[in-house]
Amino acid sequence: MEALRLFGAIVALIGSLFLFLGALGILRMPDLYNRMQTGTKSTTLGSILTLLGIGLYHTDWFLQTFILVAFLVTTNPLSSHALARAAHFAGIPLTKKTVRDRLAEDEALEAEKAEEEADND
Amino acid sequence: MEKTSPNAFIRILNAFIVAVVLLIFYIAWTHVTIVGNWVVIFITAFLVSLIFVQASELPKVTVKKVVYSVIYIFYLFIAIVQSNFDVARRVIQPHIPINPGIVKVKTRLKSKIGRMILANSITLTPGTLSVEVKDDYYYIHWIDVTDMDVEGATEKIVAGFEKYLEVIFG
Repeated sequence: MEALRLFGAIVALIGSLFLFLGALGILRMPDLYNRMQTGTKSTTLGSILTLLGIGLYHTDWFLQTFILVAFLVTTNPLSSHALARAAHFAGIPLTKKTVRDRLAEDEALEAEKAEEEADND
Repeated sequence: MEKTSPNAFIRILNAFIVAVVLLIFYIAWTHVTIVGNWVVIFITAFLVSLIFVQASELPKVTVKKVVYSVIYIFYLFIAIVQSNFDVARRVIQPHIPINPGIVKVKTRLKSKIGRMILANSITLTPGTLSVEVKDDYYYIHWIDVTDMDVEGATEKIVAGFEKYLEVIFG
């Protein structure tokens, strides 16, 4: 029993370490998209481990924390995707280090096509 | 009337399944062991889900699909752990080694739910973030672009997940 509690505490500690690194990433990354990479998703593993660690420490709560993990894993990517999509459409620029932006390129192409069609009409 | 009867049957069946799942969640969440309580919860869940369920037939469950689903969950978890370490490694370095960009990848999946799970899996693994979906293509923000053309990026980001999802959802 004691061993399980110790194990749970260690798992939760590792989880909090990942949460810390996620927070550090928000401070250090150059633009919104890279911040989202660390801020919303490096925390995925952090939250999972923290919750499971608590579940192992208090074994009565394991089922509850497991359900929380399941909901977290299904909803987290939806909100990240919605945020990133909205940010790109709002025209928030990418950092200067960016190598390529295929989405913007394809959108420019489509806009050009639409313009040509409008001219032809 | 005769035309609607199979639909009604499917709806009732689906509502029944939803009610069972909700009941399991309720028991897991509250630890209630009173059977009378379960009955009330089940009837309530059944009646409420009867309003919302659609009369769509459930996909066939085969042993292969179940096995692949279990493997997929483990595969996804390992991918999440790996990429978390990868992003953590980048964050703690004095000069952040990133090479970000938005790449375009193509998917072979046909079913809507399969595509949704693929997009969510890509987003769930740090380092890649799906920004937009258009037809068969995903636009993915990648923290370390190593391959800019569609085929190469597809091979590196999507192929691993797709292999399993193709069997599970088609």
